[in-house]
Amino acid sequence: MLNEEILHRCFRCGYCKMPSNYIDLNCPSYLAFRFETYSPGGRMWLLRAWLDGKIPLSKRFSEIMFSCTACGNCTEHCPFPGFKDLLLEAFTAARGAFLDAGRVPAGVRDYLTRMQLHGNPYGMPAKKRADWAVGMEISPFTGQEYLFFAGDEGSYDTRGQEIARSAAKLLAKAGISFGILTGGENSDGNDVRASGETALFEELAKKNTDLFNKNNVKKIITLSPHGFNAFKKFYPGLGGNYQVFNYTQVLAFNMGKLKFRENPDQVQITFHDSCYLGCHNMDYYSPRVILSAVPGLKMAEMDRNKQNALCCGGGGGNLFTDILSSGNESPARSRVREAKATGATIIAVSCPLCAIMLEDAVKTEGLADVLRVMELSEIINDRIM
Amino acid sequence: MPAIKFDPEVCVRCETVDCLMKCQYIEFAGISDAKAEKLKINAGKESRVLNECLTCYACQEYCPFGNNPFYLLVELQEEKRILPAPKPIVEEQLRMMGPKGRITPQKVRSPVVDMCSFPMLAGCVRGKLFEGASVISGNDIFCNIMWLHFAKNSVIRERVPKIIDNIMSFYLKNSNIDEIVCFHDECYGTFTSIAEAFGIPVPFKPIHLFDYINRRLDEIPERIKPINEKIAYQRPCSNRLSPETDKILDEIFIKIGAERVPRKHDRENALCCGGVPRAHQRDELADELVEKNISDMLSTGAKYCVFNCPFCMATLGQEVAEHGLMPILVSDLVLTALGE
Amino acid sequence: MNEFIRQLAEITGPGFVSAEPEERYLYSMDQGTMPPVEPDAVVMPGNTEEVRQIILCANKHKVPVVPMGGGLVLSGLTRALHGGIILDMKRMNRILQVNPKSRYAVVEGGASEGMLQAYLKKHHPELKHSMPDAPPIATLAGNICIHGSGHLSVLGGFHSDMLTGMEVVLPTGDIVRSGSCSVSPDWFARAPLPDLSGLFMGWSGTTGVVTKLGIRLFPSYSHNDMLIFVCEDADLMPDIISRLTGTQVAEDMTPWMTPKPEWARGFLHINISYGAHSKKELTFKRNLLQASVKKYSDQKIAGFLPMPPSEKSRFLKIPSPDLVKFADLRKGGGFEYVGAIMAIEHFAEAYRAGLQIARAYNVSYSMGARIIGAGHAMMFFYAYAFNRADPEDINRAQHALEATNTAALEIGGIPWKSELPAQKQIINKMDPNTFDLMNRIRSVLDPNHIMNPGNWEK
Repeated sequence: MLNEEILHRCFRCGYCKMPSNYIDLNCPSYLAFRFETYSPGGRMWLLRAWLDGKIPLSKRFSEIMFSCTACGNCTEHCPFPGFKDLLLEAFTAARGAFLDAGRVPAGVRDYLTRMQLHGNPYGMPAKKRADWAVGMEISPFTGQEYLFFAGDEGSYDTRGQEIARSAAKLLAKAGISFGILTGGENSDGNDVRASGETALFEELAKKNTDLFNKNNVKKIITLSPHGFNAFKKFYPGLGGNYQVFNYTQVLAFNMGKLKFRENPDQVQITFHDSCYLGCHNMDYYSPRVILSAVPGLKMAEMDRNKQNALCCGGGGGNLFTDILSSGNESPARSRVREAKATGATIIAVSCPLCAIMLEDAVKTEGLADVLRVMELSEIINDRIM
Repeated sequence: MPAIKFDPEVCVRCETVDCLMKCQYIEFAGISDAKAEKLKINAGKESRVLNECLTCYACQEYCPFGNNPFYLLVELQEEKRILPAPKPIVEEQLRMMGPKGRITPQKVRSPVVDMCSFPMLAGCVRGKLFEGASVISGNDIFCNIMWLHFAKNSVIRERVPKIIDNIMSFYLKNSNIDEIVCFHDECYGTFTSIAEAFGIPVPFKPIHLFDYINRRLDEIPERIKPINEKIAYQRPCSNRLSPETDKILDEIFIKIGAERVPRKHDRENALCCGGVPRAHQRDELADELVEKNISDMLSTGAKYCVFNCPFCMATLGQEVAEHGLMPILVSDLVLTALGE
Repeated sequence: MNEFIRQLAEITGPGFVSAEPEERYLYSMDQGTMPPVEPDAVVMPGNTEEVRQIILCANKHKVPVVPMGGGLVLSGLTRALHGGIILDMKRMNRILQVNPKSRYAVVEGGASEGMLQAYLKKHHPELKHSMPDAPPIATLAGNICIHGSGHLSVLGGFHSDMLTGMEVVLPTGDIVRSGSCSVSPDWFARAPLPDLSGLFMGWSGTTGVVTKLGIRLFPSYSHNDMLIFVCEDADLMPDIISRLTGTQVAEDMTPWMTPKPEWARGFLHINISYGAHSKKELTFKRNLLQASVKKYSDQKIAGFLPMPPSEKSRFLKIPSPDLVKFADLRKGGGFEYVGAIMAIEHFAEAYRAGLQIARAYNVSYSMGARIIGAGHAMMFFYAYAFNRADPEDINRAQHALEATNTAALEIGGIPWKSELPAQKQIINKMDPNTFDLMNRIRSVLDPNHIMNPGNWEK
């Protein structure tokens, strides 16, 4: 197994469970399940035991492996420089081994099957991918500066589509030149890769790169940090060499082009960092630059922010497989409680998956009257002329 | 063992005994008292000066005859087994700074900047100021001058020829270069003043950082945007071994628009940063020196406290920052003026 | 057993009980050298009432119960030696109360060191608590119950000295309180009542489950600094420690002696931490410390290392992640140590024994100590790193640990949180009446012998 030589070096010290200020727990699966087995250290020891023939690949073991959202808290806080950066790759490789053995939770199997058959996790027809843009004045991509990639949630989820439309509208207002592809695109595959299904990921990537290259795409703006991560980190090795930006990074430099209304409502907000923009790609700043340029907003940071942000629980396919919700305490609920404690009335997010996960949690926590989840572009569109 | 180069007759005839009378840290009853102590040292006899010396190197500068009063003092300290700093501390330093045998041949281009044992400062060598420079560093080319603070001339004698050989064989010979720029003037002091006094041959030409910077500024004058700020300069002990370079520093400051505000504890009266006295277990004295030095700096209304020595900066940097002065190395100040 | 586990699930909810092979494997051992023993199940209670129900149920079915905090004890004290259930307390992790006027906090039995530190920094920055050099998920209760020590131990003694009261579920299911909280709403001290907390500290979880505890808090300082004293001669250390602690201004004192890095080999260092409310006060305390050992620095045989401020910040980080890094020394994720609590005058002997053992067993080692109180005792530790994937390496470390326990006892020290073999060595040396009393107390508190059985037995 790839990186198996690091497994026994884990000391199970538990730093991976917490943020750097120790204010609370920060590993989403450990928070949800609370057994040591569901922590990164637990996984390391279990994998070592499996490779040594001490425990078999069981149903529970596969649940333990696939409950990881690949948020990167462990890599961020593990005190062992000799192998901390290899933790997630080891877990991904392990999940690949579970897939090879046919030992996967039903939700994961269904998720990957839909991806395989339809190129998206919703099982919706591929030809409906660009439907979110219907009724908007968005041009097809014919060589504009950027290709705008809405991603799976932006293309097919109702809430995600709202966000895609909002972001596209805002980018146009900020004078950004972009177009969209209206046929042939499929999932960026980021979470497929994180699930360990490397072959499927490469297949999805190839379809995308063939299409992008055929259309002479040079620069991509992604709506979702998940797509940003895949295009930036993994596509270059698969024939896809583009300049990749998350839309917040382009917007941050163009805030000056937007005209804000006078006398805006004063509102207290907090920002929830998305794992793939923040932890994995170390951009804690473009969303904050954006927010600081919006009049009327007072920012209150949560205790777990930037490198310490708690994952919403949607990564690693969990948005669809929902493994974390069978745990006792969902990270999304813990997060919205934390947001409420800042006194904020708006949780600002920069990822459609975060929006979906946190909105659900707000409802479950009974906070829908006092807390609203808004994506960055929605906050801005509300306040510009 | 080759003795320190010095002429005892010079001291016998000396009327001012500047080496001891100008000392900022030891009191003497008068010139004859000072002379008596100096002659004791010259004769290899015990003198209170051996125990009270701060090891600030200043007497090397004060002596108008270049008669190596400080090196001689250290020689006698070692002979008499007088330890300025506790033995375990010196032993640990000897090990920590010893050559590691980890040096590999490297092709270098002019200018070759010798970073000595401060590889963490390699980032300072950047921009147009150091265009095309190669940086060499590591314990295996450590200049070893610090042993003057710890009564270990023998270590200087033992290690300096080796590191000079390392510089030649691993870097300069194969690249056909015969000069190096010493980023820190401790190295410069080793290859000039110490080499001469201890009789150690130096096959390459050491260039003082100020010399390099000054000439380079003349090559790129159009890039200078004068900073027009007052600065307080912390002159390090090592600069006492190359006092002629202080004038060059003045030229540099003028070129970049830095006003070196005259203050009590600059130039000849520069104060020790306090780092070494702490190693000598003289913390309260070090506190006093720091207080005097910083109040003096503050009285100038300066914005920057400019350092030449990384050790001074590590020791004093936080303190000066807490008092509202920005700590900065000479080279970094110049880079600021060059917009880099 | 199945019926028992089903009943457990009814008490805590099914999501908090597991008899699955994965949990049973992982909870069968800790990071040390003690061999694995699988429990029958792992249970995670959410409150005191659930703990009580679980214990009543365990008594009925005669199933052993092993309380567990962070599981970082390294000496295998949270293994289910006779099977049964592991009680993972970490769900009960709330900070219940902080009383700044009387400087104490009340926390649940599974509350972690890190979370209390973070809570105080956020809500009561003028207060801090003494933290052990353990990862932040370590529990306050676990550490106090093994008589741990930490970064304020020169100031306040063992962490058990800092306890102000407890709520405990007895092995019979009764919930009792000890300390002032048993009479008063305030948790300020164990005095002046019979100190029942003594029934639960140092017993390796064989006398009950701590569900709440009160701990002393200390003022935090705006100015903090540290000194490192270094000497070459171990025989001087007791006097040096005595002089330094005699000033009564340090909060923490930890000698350390390690062969790596190379420059440190053979030297004895003492890290001294202290704080103050102003720069002037800080300098004054520094001067007191330095003056106390002037005899040695004047002779130039020992002295304080000069350190620029940037180098000190690493030492002022609490808890220090450096200690955990020792585990990767042999690229093998393992280390275990013998922490022998002993009288200060045995320092040189203890040190030399450690050097000898490391040589004899060819193990990677690190030695040090934590001074307790005004130099009343020290926790002298011998840490050995091993590669978990190399049985030979583990074997050597194990033997070194055994030899160390023996040597420590011979010197008159007592290994703390002692692993099973060391417990037996201690019992052999113990006053027979003392051991007899321990057994009588246990049979009263735990008539069905269900609490972490297998420990503290002949």
